Amino acid sequence: MSEIYFTKEHEWVKVSGNSAVCGISDHAAHELGDITFVELPAIGKVVKQEEVMAAIESVKAASDIYAPVSGKVVKVNSELEDAPEKVNESAEEEAWMVELELADAAELANLMTKEQYEAYLKTL
Amino acid sequence: MNTSHYCPHTPEEIQEMLAAIGVSSVEELFAPIPAELRCSTFNLPVGMSEFETYAKLQAVAADNNQSLSLFIGGGFYDHVIPAAVDHLSGRAEFYTAYTPYQPECSQGTLQALFEYQTAICRLTGLDVSNASLYDGATGLAEAALMAMRATNRTKVVVDGCVSPIARQVLATYLSNQDAELVELPPLDGLLNRDELAKQLDGNTAAVLVQYPNVFGGVEDFSGLADQAHAAGALLVTAVYPVALGILKSPGELGADIAVGDGQSLGNPLSFGGPSFGFIAAKKAHIRNMPGRIVGETVDKNGKRGFVLTLQAREQHIKRHKATSNICSNQSLCALRGLIFLAAIGKQGLADLARLNRDKAEYAKARLAELPGVVVLQTAPTFNEFTISLPKPAEAVVATLLDKGIAAGMPLGRFYAGSENMLVVTVTEKRSKKEIDQLVKALEVALCN
Amino acid sequence: MQLIYEKSVSGRRGVMLPVSDVPAAADLPQNLLRSETAGLPELSELDMVRHFTNLSRRNFSVDTNFYPLGSCTMKYNAKVLENAANLFAPLHPLTAFLPGGAELCQGALGMLYDLGQMLADITGMDEVTTQPLAGAHGEMTGMLLVAAYHKAKGNKKKYVVVPDSSHGTNPASAAMVGYEIITIPTAPYGDMDLELFKQAMNGEVAAVMMTCPNTLGLFNPYIKEIADIAHSHDALMYYDGANLNAIMGKVRPGDVGFDVVHVNLHKTFGTPHGGGGPGSGPVGVKKSLIPFLPMPRIIHDEVSGKLQIQTDNPLSIGRTANFFGNFGVMVKAYTYMIMLGREGLIQVSEQAVLNANYIKEKLKGYFDLPYSQTCMHEVVFSASKQLVQGVHAIDIAKFLIDKGYHPPTVYFPLIVKEAIMIEPTETESKATMDAFIEVMIEAAKQAEADPDSFAAMPVSMPVTRLDETRAARSQTVCCLG
Repeated sequence: MSEIYFTKEHEWVKVSGNSAVCGISDHAAHELGDITFVELPAIGKVVKQEEVMAAIESVKAASDIYAPVSGKVVKVNSELEDAPEKVNESAEEEAWMVELELADAAELANLMTKEQYEAYLKTL
Repeated sequence: MNTSHYCPHTPEEIQEMLAAIGVSSVEELFAPIPAELRCSTFNLPVGMSEFETYAKLQAVAADNNQSLSLFIGGGFYDHVIPAAVDHLSGRAEFYTAYTPYQPECSQGTLQALFEYQTAICRLTGLDVSNASLYDGATGLAEAALMAMRATNRTKVVVDGCVSPIARQVLATYLSNQDAELVELPPLDGLLNRDELAKQLDGNTAAVLVQYPNVFGGVEDFSGLADQAHAAGALLVTAVYPVALGILKSPGELGADIAVGDGQSLGNPLSFGGPSFGFIAAKKAHIRNMPGRIVGETVDKNGKRGFVLTLQAREQHIKRHKATSNICSNQSLCALRGLIFLAAIGKQGLADLARLNRDKAEYAKARLAELPGVVVLQTAPTFNEFTISLPKPAEAVVATLLDKGIAAGMPLGRFYAGSENMLVVTVTEKRSKKEIDQLVKALEVALCN
Repeated sequence: MQLIYEKSVSGRRGVMLPVSDVPAAADLPQNLLRSETAGLPELSELDMVRHFTNLSRRNFSVDTNFYPLGSCTMKYNAKVLENAANLFAPLHPLTAFLPGGAELCQGALGMLYDLGQMLADITGMDEVTTQPLAGAHGEMTGMLLVAAYHKAKGNKKKYVVVPDSSHGTNPASAAMVGYEIITIPTAPYGDMDLELFKQAMNGEVAAVMMTCPNTLGLFNPYIKEIADIAHSHDALMYYDGANLNAIMGKVRPGDVGFDVVHVNLHKTFGTPHGGGGPGSGPVGVKKSLIPFLPMPRIIHDEVSGKLQIQTDNPLSIGRTANFFGNFGVMVKAYTYMIMLGREGLIQVSEQAVLNANYIKEKLKGYFDLPYSQTCMHEVVFSASKQLVQGVHAIDIAKFLIDKGYHPPTVYFPLIVKEAIMIEPTETESKATMDAFIEVMIEAAKQAEADPDSFAAMPVSMPVTRLDETRAARSQTVCCLG
């Protein structure tokens, strides 16, 4: 069973073995409004925790998406290219964005659990 | 305080307003400004009535020779402008409106810009267009930047036959970017395909060409798109819109991006501005396109309407990561362009293009008869062509200018070794009589 | 309303062209010709005129509606300006570059020169280039000048500092010149936080870009201190002239420490906005930047007493546009300036500030006022009180449309939630403003009494609440056909 972790920049990551699947939180999707475009990285790209990994656009906003953990891109959710609205419908499930080969499990200690993230949201 | 131009308040109203605010003078409202920052000088002339002002402008206008016989182009062309263009674009609802950020009360501007975008797509044979850029020269620079973003590369190769003025603007735009600009010297007034082949590599973002080029030549660019694409680069063509009445479109050539200056479509010469730049591209590049874009949609009742769209590209959302810093488009000038195209019409533009060519070919043939005058023949031409004179072109042009004829653009200041060369422009507005006068005056000038 | 293409009838001709008086030329080779004539409209002139006339009637405009768009200075566009611009229509720009050509356009060159001198006077600068074609273009030109200055001095500069209230064109323009952006938050008193600014400043900052008064309509009392700090690091001060309408004759940016400015002729100097352009963004500089000004530059030849064109200057940043800038726009601004004159322009700023403060006073009881001190020519409210009932700034905007008002700017500056920025300008009468104030109060009351009624607004326009998401996702930007 994979655990979900969150970043301050509203990305989430679900880890299972050395696979780390990432996306943006429901909160972020809601704040952005209707998503019009998702820019995903190339397979094979190596990212570091907190580095820009992807980008997302809505009608009224544009935002970078930061890698919640370091790793190498092994898969991207290309369904989002034609159906960016999936992010609004199911940001934390169906609209996963990038699967990374996890580089360092210790990095998860820098992230928040779901409870911690929900508490964090209240402070914003 | 006296009521002056366009400040409507009576002294009584001002007192009422000050009382409502709770201050006793307008000066008090400027109190937040520290006294030491207040300006001690403000030197401007005394104001005038509208009538004296207009008389002054008439005097300024009269202090120019506005009736030269124009055989010059350089990107700006003396074309007919139907009277309807002035009247329709002069409607206050169009020209005193602003950017259509509130679409419900701006469907006039929005639909007009959508129709404009459509006209540009059809003229250029490409999929998407924006709502206009500042002008053709800055448009070329924006196209280069667009290609660099699309390919993630930094080298831009530009044909030296592209207008030198546009190339200067391009160089200025790229000067502080991580970019390498390579200019290919013209080869007999044409693109040097061998040199281009040498410059196409894994870092080339774009190849930039123009047609008709600065010498007036219309080259056969078939195969050029393939050549660029094979190296992973984009083909950008700068084009003269009136010529597109008959010339192969950038889309048919396989170009990825097309740009140009829209002045020749319904905008007066007006000493160089305002004008507008048009830019069109293949659909895949729409997210990288700079400037405003109007899109079609429906409202909550299913009625068709138009809105500014893909605003996430622009500076007011992306700020320093925007596709460009551009804010204004040249809305009214683009509107004039659209009305021009609508007034001239589908067949009309083709006829206008042919008329330009007829006039220029006549002038070319007559000039070719003059002893010592050689016409550059390496490519067919549209309404501009290059001639080589037996003496320096600048001196000849000066002589003809004294006679009220702007005979052409001397190339010496742009191309080393071209001091005897002149680009002559002939539009539909030059009568046979004027052309004959040009030939006669040139003949005289060359004899002396 | 149908598109013009939907009204086209195949074979319909428009304007008649002149008949050729020369022989028909031989055709161009087939491989150079397009295979099909471009699908441009085919309408009679009357049908075409009806189309555009009716289209125009679907717009709000300054000439038809009060248009208090904050940050845009939608003042009245005097009609004599249009007549003046038409006087120069046939003048070809290349004339000035031909040998002996400058003598044939002394009027036009003189007007540009005089305009530049007047703008330099108004802003406290030493010289002005008229070449930039819009405000943002002026910003880019200004940043290129900054870069050239530092390069000539051998300075290694990486950053440009902007306040978070800045117009998006500021960081975008700096980025186009290769700079990275440092953003300083706005302090509770309504302008760039001085302490945070001091901390952020270092020797790698090339310039500080500011709007003054800022986009909240507030004048920064520490502006001289900010300039001194910037200069101590050899960073230049850039003035975004968007809000110049507030301070003419009161403050000159050059006097308080700015080194380079741009002005927006289509804002402060009354040239029409045209539905989104053309504008004009002349740039003024202090002496230290004159060597880098773009070409061509108009100079006064002492010997001949005539104006000449300078095109060769190796230190110049180059060319930012084709020729001299948007000449037709500049004729209008010049006409406006000489017509109003010194006293007229001072009065413009005084009444612009008076009008904004009047509206601020009358509406502050109904809308949240994040910054309650005296404002300058524009005032920023927030719809946060109305948001409690579920009514957003955009809803207030749609309410106003139904009442015949173009809405104020909403959602800018970004630092104010549900921002409503109102800039009445000096050309509006008290009666107009009083009527607007009443309608705004009505909006506030209706937001309390019947918040759900806003979702349907506007009801009086040809379309309502357009689906922007659909537009962005479908990307239909031209009519296929």
